[in-house]
Amino acid sequence: MIDRLDQIFVLLKHWILGYLPASLQTPAGVILSVVCIIGLYPALFALTTVLERKGVGRIQNRLGPNRVGPFGILQPMADGIKSLTKEDIVPTSADAVVHFLAPVILVVTVFMGFAVLPMGRNMVLVDMDAGLLFYFAMGASSELSVFMAGWGSRNKYSLLGAMRAVAQMISYEVALLLSSVVIVMMTGSLSLVKIVEAQNHYSYGFPHWFIFTPWGLAGFLMYAIAGTAETNRSPFDLPEGESELVAGYHTEYSGFKFALFFLGEYVAMFSISGLGSTLFLGGWTAPLAALQWVPSWIWFFGKLFVSMCVFIWLRGTLPRLRQDQLMNFAWKFVLPMCLLNLFVAALWRFLGEGLLRWVICSGILILAYAVMGSAEMRRKHFGPRTYRYAE
Amino acid sequence: MLGEGILKGLAETARNFAGSFVSKERMTTVEYPEVRLPLPEAARNFPFLVYDGNDWEKGLRCVACQICEKECPPKCIYIEKSKDKKPDYVGKPQIYPAKFDIDISVCMSCQICVEVCPFEAIKMNTEFELSTDDRFGGLLLDRKELAKSNEYYHTIHPTEAREVDARLAQEKAKVEAKAKTAAEAAAAKAAAVATGASAAAATANPAAAPVASPSTTKAAEIAVAPAAATAPAAPKPVAGTGTDGPAPMTESEKKAASEPAKPGEGEPKA
Repeated sequence: MIDRLDQIFVLLKHWILGYLPASLQTPAGVILSVVCIIGLYPALFALTTVLERKGVGRIQNRLGPNRVGPFGILQPMADGIKSLTKEDIVPTSADAVVHFLAPVILVVTVFMGFAVLPMGRNMVLVDMDAGLLFYFAMGASSELSVFMAGWGSRNKYSLLGAMRAVAQMISYEVALLLSSVVIVMMTGSLSLVKIVEAQNHYSYGFPHWFIFTPWGLAGFLMYAIAGTAETNRSPFDLPEGESELVAGYHTEYSGFKFALFFLGEYVAMFSISGLGSTLFLGGWTAPLAALQWVPSWIWFFGKLFVSMCVFIWLRGTLPRLRQDQLMNFAWKFVLPMCLLNLFVAALWRFLGEGLLRWVICSGILILAYAVMGSAEMRRKHFGPRTYRYAE
Repeated sequence: MLGEGILKGLAETARNFAGSFVSKERMTTVEYPEVRLPLPEAARNFPFLVYDGNDWEKGLRCVACQICEKECPPKCIYIEKSKDKKPDYVGKPQIYPAKFDIDISVCMSCQICVEVCPFEAIKMNTEFELSTDDRFGGLLLDRKELAKSNEYYHTIHPTEAREVDARLAQEKAKVEAKAKTAAEAAAAKAAAVATGASAAAATANPAAAPVASPSTTKAAEIAVAPAAATAPAAPKPVAGTGTDGPAPMTESEKKAASEPAKPGEGEPKA
């Protein structure tokens, strides 16, 4: 029974496919899974928008939306209807084709990432050997759509926003990749299914998630920072900094195209969170051996939910960074830490079992964090502002 | 330590988040259409016309002098004078606005109309829920929509309304006192000139006396201090021209008149 519940979606799919002729089963199965993914994540996106608005409201001691439906949970419906009925404006001087393709490419590439994410035991669309590589390839192409949107709009705000976005996304893409590489080093596989399997064993009732190792924790923190920046979330939301750039690269988008950008941003957050939990938090595995009877997909989506809450919490807390702070942080702190983390992971691997590797690896990382952190803090002493005038 | 501030901030927002569920005092907002915060007394939005008594058309203080129309910077007021006359608050026949329109889509809430009005006839309203589906007609308010009772004025700007009432009562008392002295003088003259023709004086006296007697006591109450300040103010009302008020006050005189009422309570007008 428990097994049945764990595999309920897989069994459901097989049951539906059973009604089809054998030659159609494979393509129909793929289409079915794709439709499920494409249906599920926008629904989650709708729920997240209202969760975010209510959560941020509570953080600011407000109530948040509570008018549409019970407790305002139908708010996304109202928003959706609004964006669907709005006029779709394409600026006369914009490059119509590029302008149109940008949101489409964003949504497509963002959804492609889910193809390789295992959302439960046996619940993965394609178990690719190079799944992680595929994921990052797709993640990187969303930068293309951002730049298409900014460049195709022929608007200086859009272009500036796109420039910022691309600069930021490329910088943090490096950190994102490097923080994930430690996982590949330890598991020896790029397949996300295998990475989850590698974390799916328990000692003393606790799981062997990678976050419970020094390099895993450091990697996870770097991954979280880079992932937040990669999805343009606060405090790294410079690309669309509404107070300085109107709306950044999607200034010239209205109606449903704007909604697509919005959707793309949130689905990218789901996707980054899903990958993060797959890499560091054991994917669909239970956090305690005693809880293994709970269906695996509940754990996956539970972890997704927690990461979304953290995203919202961060957004409600932190002010936006300045562009130079953002770049300094990426190249002078996150990147060196990631490189050091690679070294630590290698050390961990070759020191063998025992307490020694814990002490050494944690020591190196904490020391590096303290030294680089204090260096980072020290640069914050500003003197009185001086002005130099042209003579 | 790097990241310490972030943790502190996260703790603070978490405290806010949890606190917003347990304590009502934390909440910075109210659920607006159901719960309304009281507006500050100095709040203002668009002008309205004050009327005395129960009938808005009869009690309208406006005498269509068109000063506000001329002073209005965005020219949002349109006035048409009436052909006939009706008595104003002192009982003097005055023309009244046959048409008084304010286009609130043009009005910029500057309050200049209120400041220039010598008759205390136009005041600022606090009503702000004025949205309409009719872009032109719905935002053009005619005199019926603009007319609001003096009691309403008291509810929205109590301090200011009290000052205005005091001032008007004082004006009225002064006019009546003048009328009374004039009547008395006339009567005395008549009596002195022709004692035999007392019938004529007798007819003149009753006309003035009933009007004057209730107001003199009132005047004694109100015009304690400002009597000196406003004494040189009131020019003699020219009966018959109509457009002139009983006592049009200039800005400085107005201020002088309102000053004694001020120190007790409230913010200064404008």
